[in-house]
Amino acid sequence: MSNKFSRRNFVKAGAAVGAASLAAGFSPFAIGGAHGSKKVVVVGGGVGGATAAKYIKMMDSSIDVTLIEANKDYYTCFLSNEVLGGDRQMNTLKISYAGLKGHGVKVVNDIVTGIDSGKQMVKTRGGDSFKYDRCIVSPGVDFKWELIDGYDASVAENTPHAWKAGPQTVTLRKQLESMRDGGTVIIAPPPNPFRCPPGPGERISQIAHYLKNNKPKSKILAFDPKKGFSKKGLFVDGWARHYGFDAGSMSGGLIDYTLQDGVVAYDARTKTVTTKSGNKIKGDVVNIIPAQKAGAIAAAAGLTNAKGWCPIKGNTFESTQHKNIHVIGDAAIASPLPKSGYAANSEGKVCAAAVVALLNGKEAPHPTYVNTCYSIIAPNDGISVAMVYNFVDGKIGKVKGSGGLTPKAFDAKARAREQQYAYSWFENIKADSWG
Amino acid sequence: MKHVKTLGTALIFGSLAFSGASLAGGASGEALSYTCAGCHGTNGASTGPASPSLAGMSAVYLADSMRAFKSGERESTIMMRIAKGYDDDDFDKMGAFFEKQTMHIADQSAGGMAGKGEKLHEKYCDKCHAESGMDPEDEAGQLGGQWTAYTEYQLQDVMDGTRDPGKKMTKALKKMHKKEGDAGIQALLDYYASKK
Repeated sequence: MSNKFSRRNFVKAGAAVGAASLAAGFSPFAIGGAHGSKKVVVVGGGVGGATAAKYIKMMDSSIDVTLIEANKDYYTCFLSNEVLGGDRQMNTLKISYAGLKGHGVKVVNDIVTGIDSGKQMVKTRGGDSFKYDRCIVSPGVDFKWELIDGYDASVAENTPHAWKAGPQTVTLRKQLESMRDGGTVIIAPPPNPFRCPPGPGERISQIAHYLKNNKPKSKILAFDPKKGFSKKGLFVDGWARHYGFDAGSMSGGLIDYTLQDGVVAYDARTKTVTTKSGNKIKGDVVNIIPAQKAGAIAAAAGLTNAKGWCPIKGNTFESTQHKNIHVIGDAAIASPLPKSGYAANSEGKVCAAAVVALLNGKEAPHPTYVNTCYSIIAPNDGISVAMVYNFVDGKIGKVKGSGGLTPKAFDAKARAREQQYAYSWFENIKADSWG
Repeated sequence: MKHVKTLGTALIFGSLAFSGASLAGGASGEALSYTCAGCHGTNGASTGPASPSLAGMSAVYLADSMRAFKSGERESTIMMRIAKGYDDDDFDKMGAFFEKQTMHIADQSAGGMAGKGEKLHEKYCDKCHAESGMDPEDEAGQLGGQWTAYTEYQLQDVMDGTRDPGKKMTKALKKMHKKEGDAGIQALLDYYASKK
C-alpha cells in the first residue's frame, strides 16, 4: 500500500470513526469499500491474525480489513518438527497470503512499529499509517533472551531455537544431518508459559526418530526447568517403545531427560551449556528454546502486563488495557486455552464475530472454543490432546468432562489413524486460516 | 457464498438463543461449527487426507453421530473426547449448519475398480445410502466424494466389530465381503472416490 493511498484512507476513516460510535442501526450489508466502511487493522499474519481477517470478511464483507505482516510468506510451526526428523520438507510448511487476498483482505508486507490507541492508528516501519475502528493484534511470541547468559538473537543464528519455523528450522536440520554418529544433541525446553506446550516432547521424538535410523550411537540430552511437561505420560511411553527409554529413570537408549534443571548459560564458542545445578555439558548440536513473552509490538503498544503477556476479555479478546484493540493467539492470556495453533484459530473466530458485532452496534455473540493438538512420536504413532471451552461468569473455562489425552494404552490401529488425522489437522488448519 | 447471508441472521439472533442447559453456553450454530473447521475444513469442506467432510451432510446423521460419540456407543480416536463438550441442542445446531453447506467432493484419485464398485454399491448399499451416498435426505453418512481414508476406517471398524452401525449395514457389508473379499471393499472405495 502506498503512502498516498493510506493518507486517503486516513481522511475517510476519520469520518467513519465518528459515525461508528453513533451507528446503532448500521446495516451489516452496506455496500462499498472506502465510503464510510468500518476499518479493521490486523497486526500479524500468523494463525490468529489470518483467521480473524478471513472470518471477518466471511461474516461481513463490507468491513475493510487490512492485515500487516512482516514476512512475505509464513512457515507454520506445526509439523516443523517433522522437518527436523527428516520425514517432511520445508515447502509443505510454507504459506502465501494469496488466499487471504482472495477473501478481500488487504495484505501489507511491513513491520508495525506502533499502535496509537488514542488516534486509533497503526504505524509501520515503511512510514505508512493505518486508521482503524478496531485493531486486532496477533503478534505471536518473543523471547526473554536475558534469562540465559550468553544466548541472544545473534547467537541463535547458529545455535537455533527453531521455535519460529523458517530459516532456523533449516539450520537445525542441517546441523543434525552433519553431526557425527555418537554425537550429543542438547535440547533446552523453556519454562511455562510458552508456545506449543507439547512441542518440545514432539521435537525430542522426531530427532530421536532421525538418530535411530541414521546415527544410533548418538544421544539427546534434555534439560528442562519444569517438574513435568505436556503429554509426558504418552511421550515417555512412546520413547520407551521406539527409542529405548526407561520411564522410571527418565533415561536410556537415545534420550536422557533431566527435569527441574534448565539451561541458565551458554558458551557459543565451545557449544557448552550450563544448567541451574552447575552442570556443564558440551553438545554437538544445541537447541535452546528460550523463555517467552508476547511479541514485541504488544509491549510497545502497552498491551502487556508485568509478566509480558496481554490480558484480555475472554468473550471478545479486547484488551483490558486499551479499548478497541483486541489481542489473540499466543500473546493473549486466554488460559485455560493453551498457546497453540488450534487455540489461535479458535480465538481468531471468536474475536472476528465479536468485532463484526461490535462494529455493527450489536453485542458480542456468545463464544465457544476448541483446542486440538497432535504430536507425532514416530511414524504411525500419533497422539493428541483436545478440549472444549466455554465462557461462564465472565471467564473462559474448560467444559467439564470434555477433551483429554489419547488413551495411554497403546492401540496400533488408533495411533496410525491419529497420525493421519494429524496430517488432516495440518492441511485443514492451513486452509481454514489462510486459504 | 451461502454462509455470508446466513451469518447476518445468526449474529442478530445468536445472543437471544441462550440456553442455560447448553454445555457450550448457548453459542450459535455458526460459532459452534466454526470450531470444527481446524480439522474438518472451513464450513466442513475438508482438505483431507482423512478427516471427513461435514459440508452438506444430513443434519440428523451428524447429530446422531455426535450423540453416539459422546455416549461411547461409537468409537473414535478423538471425536469421542470432543463430543463430551456439547449437548443435544449443540449437536442439532451443528447439524443444521453443516446440512446447509454445499456437499464437498474430495479431490482424490480413484483406483481402477470403480465400475465393479458401482455394481456392488447398488446391490448392497444403495437402499440406505441413496445417490451414491451423496443424498443428505437419506439421513446416512456421505460416501461418494468423501475422503477414502475415512470411509476405509469406517468399513474396517464395521468388519472387525469396533463399530456397530446397526444390523442392516453390518449384515450387508459382511455378506458382500464373504462373496467378494477385500477386493469388494476396495471396489467400493474406488467407486466412492470416483464420484465428482
